[in-house]
Amino acid sequence: MTSPNPNLRYQVIRLYKELLYMGREYPLGYDYFRQRLHKAFASQANLRDDEQIRRGIERAEFVKKEIEALYYLKKYRTLNRHYNNT
Amino acid sequence: MSGLRILVPVKRVIDYAVKPRINRANTAVETAGVKHSMNPFDELSIEEAVRLRERKVPVEEIVAFSAGPPKAQDVLRTAMAMGADRAIHVTVEENKGDLEPLGVAKLLKQVVQQEKSNLVILGKQSIDDDANQTGQMLAGLLNWPQATQASKVTVENEDVTVIREVDGGVETLKAKLPMIITTDLRLNEPRYASLPNIMKAKKKPLVKKTLADFEADVTPRLKTVKVQEPPPRKGGVKVEDVDGMIGKLKELGAL
Repeated sequence: MTSPNPNLRYQVIRLYKELLYMGREYPLGYDYFRQRLHKAFASQANLRDDEQIRRGIERAEFVKKEIEALYYLKKYRTLNRHYNNT
Repeated sequence: MSGLRILVPVKRVIDYAVKPRINRANTAVETAGVKHSMNPFDELSIEEAVRLRERKVPVEEIVAFSAGPPKAQDVLRTAMAMGADRAIHVTVEENKGDLEPLGVAKLLKQVVQQEKSNLVILGKQSIDDDANQTGQMLAGLLNWPQATQASKVTVENEDVTVIREVDGGVETLKAKLPMIITTDLRLNEPRYASLPNIMKAKKKPLVKKTLADFEADVTPRLKTVKVQEPPPRKGGVKVEDVDGMIGKLKELGAL
């Protein structure tokens, strides 16, 4: 098997680390998040085509944004409930 | 105008998602071994300072400040990861008890003078004490105009226009710098402090100080007599039919 583009490989590893870091605050727990994240990355580990890897990276960036939005909304709604619906 | 020198005081509080527990003596909320993070209203103030800069308002500097236990450094790092340029940490040992809003306001007054800040953006209140006092007290001590519970801030030269949330509507205030602003929930959407930004923030300067470096009297004036859980919610009941419901309502005196 040929080894993937080292530049992209670096990007993927960095994304994985960033996502792991974000998972520490995941509402369903870090373990839940980590297992699923690992599975999601492992299932794509066989990708060798640069274009496909890039698409995978884009997807990961999208998921990152979704998680950020999830955290923001969760916080906003909790605070809104506590401070505005008295 | 030379530019805005923004001071953003932040507080380390029990994380908003944690259910607080009261200690055995019923005098305070248990903080040991509980997850802490930045007060959510302070995240809004950091975000607003950073957004002012991004909106091309001439922002010279954004300084984050915190007075608290050594671990308050973490929230200062978060503040710098979100975009503050540097941070000042006044170490207050945990066993000395919490600072009160007046004590913090006195400290902040001196910090404002040392740093020559001309805009202070504070969270309207912290989610642990819910005092909603520090900003107002600081405005009083400095004799600066204040706009509390801001939901929109615009800066044009020396003029600051703030739309604030009041009961059932909004109020628009205009004042000249220097000024105090406290943030409300709908001011902006704070950005996530991502891992790479946290790493970069470790290189930003953080100055450590102690209470002895300030000439402020921060001795507590208040004594917490008792902290109590709210009464547990009583469960509802199911009624069989309309007559049952009317009976229940009569029992409760609602009919």
